[in-house]
Amino acid sequence: MYTIQGYSKVKTLEEAYELNQKRSSTIIGGGMWLRLGNRSIGTAIDMSDLGLNQIEETETEFVIGAMTSLRDIECHAGLHQYFNGMMKEAMKGIVGTQFRNTATIGGSIYQRFGFSDPLTALLALDTTVEMYAGGMIPLDKFVIMDYDNDVLVRIHIKKDRTQAAYQSFRNAKTDFPVLTAAVSRRDGKLKVVIGARPGRAVVAKCPDVLASAPTEEDVKKFSGRVAEMVSFGTNMRASAEYRKILAEVLVKRAIMEILEQTSPEATGGVCK
Amino acid sequence: MKIKIWINDKVYNDHIEPDTMLIDYLRDKGFKSVKCGCDTTNCGLCTVYLDGKTVLSCSVPAARAAGHRVTTLEGVAKEAEEFARFMAVQGAEQCGYCSPGFIMNVLAMAKELENPTEDEIKAYLAGNLCRCTGYEGQYRAIKNYLAVTRANYKLFEKGEVIEGVR
Repeated sequence: MYTIQGYSKVKTLEEAYELNQKRSSTIIGGGMWLRLGNRSIGTAIDMSDLGLNQIEETETEFVIGAMTSLRDIECHAGLHQYFNGMMKEAMKGIVGTQFRNTATIGGSIYQRFGFSDPLTALLALDTTVEMYAGGMIPLDKFVIMDYDNDVLVRIHIKKDRTQAAYQSFRNAKTDFPVLTAAVSRRDGKLKVVIGARPGRAVVAKCPDVLASAPTEEDVKKFSGRVAEMVSFGTNMRASAEYRKILAEVLVKRAIMEILEQTSPEATGGVCK
Repeated sequence: MKIKIWINDKVYNDHIEPDTMLIDYLRDKGFKSVKCGCDTTNCGLCTVYLDGKTVLSCSVPAARAAGHRVTTLEGVAKEAEEFARFMAVQGAEQCGYCSPGFIMNVLAMAKELENPTEDEIKAYLAGNLCRCTGYEGQYRAIKNYLAVTRANYKLFEKGEVIEGVR
């Protein structure tokens, strides 16, 4: 459990940024993971009064405030109309509804947790993070950056007709994932992301192009080659070898799901 | 630090330590239905409503809840009692320790989902752990509760509803 010397509900982003320059300061997103550690926090920075708990849908993008809960993303009807409803699929396995009401997207993405389902899903899309000082940074780049004292403000997802699919495997429901995989197809080009390796999610370097009308066997071979290009680790949930085998299976399933999608638009519907 | 917070529609003004968690603050104020089970954000026992949404009070700093409305099981006692009777009829409680958080989430689900299927019920309640029962009794209680309280709930056969439970 952490200890906190001072708690500041900031009124502006500038105030949050200034406070965050001290090493002892910490921004509290949802605080779910943070509370499991034993950090001694000088100033806890709370951005919950900054109106960053909203999802804005414009003509060209979804703009998600850093303090938006994972549950709000899961239940957002507009988001569900895009990417074959992948965002909902990525959220639904994360513990329970109360947890997802409490955890924030900013906390999950800024920390670039290896176990993060949303990080894997968002990497498969055309996603940009908006930092207070650093400006707009593509998520592909942000995910490999070192931690700094900047403040994540919003996440921008380009609204396009990208097809996408999400897969994850857990040893038990509500546990951390053993492996996550997201695949997107834009203009005929596949992007494969693998997370919970157990390290940070990575965009896999696809070794070659998948045939235009692939058979299931083609997809299996392709997925196997993708899994060969990614490094995996061992932890208490699974070995590196097991994860590699899982990666091939999950990537194959995700690609097959995309291939089976008759329309790039999701079927719609509300959150349940 | 000073906070002003509404708990079950009553306002409280207090001084707290900055690292006081909402669960500890609520228990200090006498809301003993809010209990700590796992302390690792997994079990759902500490569930309360923050501005109407279910949250895990073990992970919410009390300072964050300042200026907002918190509802505990004591604040929805009438509805909780109604559902608890369905639990009792089904023998769905054994030790009963998980029931407060479970009931809070069931009531939230009943408001949010119009006509949930069994899978949707299970998915919604995945964050509430019970180590006694295996959940079947709870699911029966929920099904009967929904069937009795909603005329249009059609998932279950008429005969499954336990008459007179209300």
